[in-house]
Amino acid sequence: MSASAEMETPSLEQTSLQFLSFTLDQEEYGVDILRVQEIRSWEPVSRIPNVPAYEKGVVNLRGAIVPIIDLRERFKLGWSAYTELTVVVVLQARIGDKTRVMGVVVDAVSDVVNVNKKHIQASPSFGAKVSTELINGLVEVNGRMVMLLDIDKLLKLQGVDDEDY
Amino acid sequence: MAIDMQQFHQVFFEESFEGLDAMESGLLNLDLGDVNAEDINTIFRAAHSIKGGSGTFGFSAVADFTHVMETLLDEMRDGRRQVTQAAINVLLGSVDCLRDMMQAIRGGNEINRHGVSQNQQALEDELESGAGSPGAPSAVAPASAAQALGVDSSIVGWTIAFSPHKHLLKTGNDPVRLFRELATLGDLSVAADLQGVPDLPDLDPEECHLSWRLSIASPVPVQAIEEIFDWVEDDCDLALQAVYARNRSASGESGATLPAAEPAPAAKVGPVLKPQSEAVKTGEPDDRKKAAAKASSSIRVDTGKIDALINMVGELVITQSMLSLVGEHFEIAKLDQLKNGLAQLERHTRELQESVMNIRMLPISFVFSRFPRLAHDISGKLGKKIELKLVGENTEVDKTVVELLSDPLVHLVRNSLDHGIEMPEVRRAAGKPETGTVILEAYHRGGNIVIEVRDDGKGLDKDMLRAKAIEKGLISADAILSDKQSYELIFMPGFSTAEKLTDISGRGVGMDVVRRNIQALGGNIEIISELGKGSTIAIHLPLTLAILDGQSIAVGDETYILPLGAIIESLNIKEERVNRVVGKGETFLLRGHYLPIIRLHEIFKVPHPKAMRLTDGLLVVVEGQGERYGLFVDDLLGQQQVVIKSLEANYRRIEGVSAATILGDGSVALILDIPGLVRLANQ
Repeated sequence: MSASAEMETPSLEQTSLQFLSFTLDQEEYGVDILRVQEIRSWEPVSRIPNVPAYEKGVVNLRGAIVPIIDLRERFKLGWSAYTELTVVVVLQARIGDKTRVMGVVVDAVSDVVNVNKKHIQASPSFGAKVSTELINGLVEVNGRMVMLLDIDKLLKLQGVDDEDY
Repeated sequence: MAIDMQQFHQVFFEESFEGLDAMESGLLNLDLGDVNAEDINTIFRAAHSIKGGSGTFGFSAVADFTHVMETLLDEMRDGRRQVTQAAINVLLGSVDCLRDMMQAIRGGNEINRHGVSQNQQALEDELESGAGSPGAPSAVAPASAAQALGVDSSIVGWTIAFSPHKHLLKTGNDPVRLFRELATLGDLSVAADLQGVPDLPDLDPEECHLSWRLSIASPVPVQAIEEIFDWVEDDCDLALQAVYARNRSASGESGATLPAAEPAPAAKVGPVLKPQSEAVKTGEPDDRKKAAAKASSSIRVDTGKIDALINMVGELVITQSMLSLVGEHFEIAKLDQLKNGLAQLERHTRELQESVMNIRMLPISFVFSRFPRLAHDISGKLGKKIELKLVGENTEVDKTVVELLSDPLVHLVRNSLDHGIEMPEVRRAAGKPETGTVILEAYHRGGNIVIEVRDDGKGLDKDMLRAKAIEKGLISADAILSDKQSYELIFMPGFSTAEKLTDISGRGVGMDVVRRNIQALGGNIEIISELGKGSTIAIHLPLTLAILDGQSIAVGDETYILPLGAIIESLNIKEERVNRVVGKGETFLLRGHYLPIIRLHEIFKVPHPKAMRLTDGLLVVVEGQGERYGLFVDDLLGQQQVVIKSLEANYRRIEGVSAATILGDGSVALILDIPGLVRLANQ
């Protein structure tokens, strides 16, 4: 049953992907929109002791405990104060056979962009402030470069997932 | 379009494992002297539904295997066969074999075919050995009475004349499905007879005009075939004809000439069983792990509990609508009404919470039920006489506890059976009854559930434990140990007192893992023992893992929860009672004992604590792993029940924190874990 359904879906989905783009400092990043669960405004978190500074803490997301990660600090882009515009993008990552929900703090969400798979370029091995292993590829949108993030890698936690998977 | 059977597999496996458990306990309870037909019937029914289910889902290996068991049980049920210990042992072995097969299938692994065929051979041998009396009720089919008892060894196949009545298709039966089923029994050849088909103008497409001649080249029992045709019996003409091997004369040898006979050598029941169980054992840990990883967790709930839940939700809805009525046109005169409504809401919410918790509660018999078998097997293997008593099986425990408890308990019971209880002659010499007693008891005490494994065996020898620990370098030779500390030596990693390793216990990897598992559940384990009289191992566990009585504490701007059970007392600190050890570690003198002081703001690096000096804050005396510590905090807030939320589901394990919870204002607070805090403080 499922096999035939897959066959019938138009090929559009196979060539085109949708990304949610957001800004950090002067840079623009994109995440697969299917992995975005929701977008929330920043609210105070409960701090977690003895973890890297970019793991800001946890919040209560309708009864689930969800960690919040500051992407600026994660990518060492410098600190900026949280304002009303500061946004938390709640993402779903698949790590191993589990699904993990996490929020990432970004400066602002900008757009939803359609990207043709063919236009995605491999990420260069230098130049970005991120270690490029977190970046799936680069794509040009309206003259700006958007870095497409690998969510599963991004949301791996130091000291938790390294040895497990 | 075919229905996706996959979705029912989970249910099938669950039911089958339950069925296997039922068979096992039924077999163990059979009293050889006085066999109750109803008991056998229970076992038979369980086997029958496993067979039916596995047939439906296409697990033909399971179905075939169960079928042989069923035949044996059927004869016992009809009184055509004596129930012997040998037969019971074979059946018990088959239950194990089936369980392994199912686990293999569920985990998507290869079935251990060798073990299965050996076991099946043992069953068939058993079937042949005690063939029933000739006066048995004859079967419906024209087959002989002997065939009804199982497989006549000279039969090599069957021919079946199957002519359905015209309305067969309208009854929802499809001959093709029957044939497919038949094909699982052996090589099937099908020849359709087209003679009955009318000319096209006269043909009613909803009627069945065909008839078939089928032949199966496999010595299956007649019941297997009859069963397949069970549903269409009244809607067709059916004739079964056995096909015999050419050299019928020597029925003893003919087994070897059968084309489809099992290759396993015919041997006596006992020896056949043994290699099988060993073969299974070697493959076991791996298989089980895979299966466990795949199985999704579900729970069977008593409908009574669900009804209670639905009632509660009904009440809640009524209260809610009442409250919203009050709120819609609120005036100060309605204040009393509002207060009443809120009180009602609170009550209902609490009751609802309790009912929901209740759903997760399972009787501990889920864990206990496997132990009679264990005792039966081990006592047989070691030549010991052991009576296992189960007490308080209906004590309810949280599902998670039940699941995680089973492995540690198996270990403890095995230890008792293997090391605790002495051989009969030793017991006699010591003036004890030859039969040793192991009691497995569960009961509630306070907010805890206590599970005890008690035996009247030889008990623990303190001096021997001590000598062993010194020899292994676990303690220094001049260490001073209390009784309790000596017994706790057995929980140290790498400590095993068994002089020789048996395959039952004594690999020395056990007790420390047991203790770790229990502690991971938030419980503790203790030993009381008296040399020569026996030992008691008691496990204390929190009743539920989902809710906890907590004390909120404040440090800086942060709020943490301490499990109320861990708190002994809290007090103000007088400077003169504080001592410093080597300038760093702080201790507090409390009634003659020096408590190490753990500053929470320090180990958790809390920004801006209000109390930096010890005299400004409070010292909460807490207990963890049998030791007491003074936890230094800013202030105590309130006591409340908190719902435990996992931090690890989306995040990670944090040292010093067991879980998180959500406070009344919607914010998250961490629940502290005393042993973890101690580890952090020692770093």
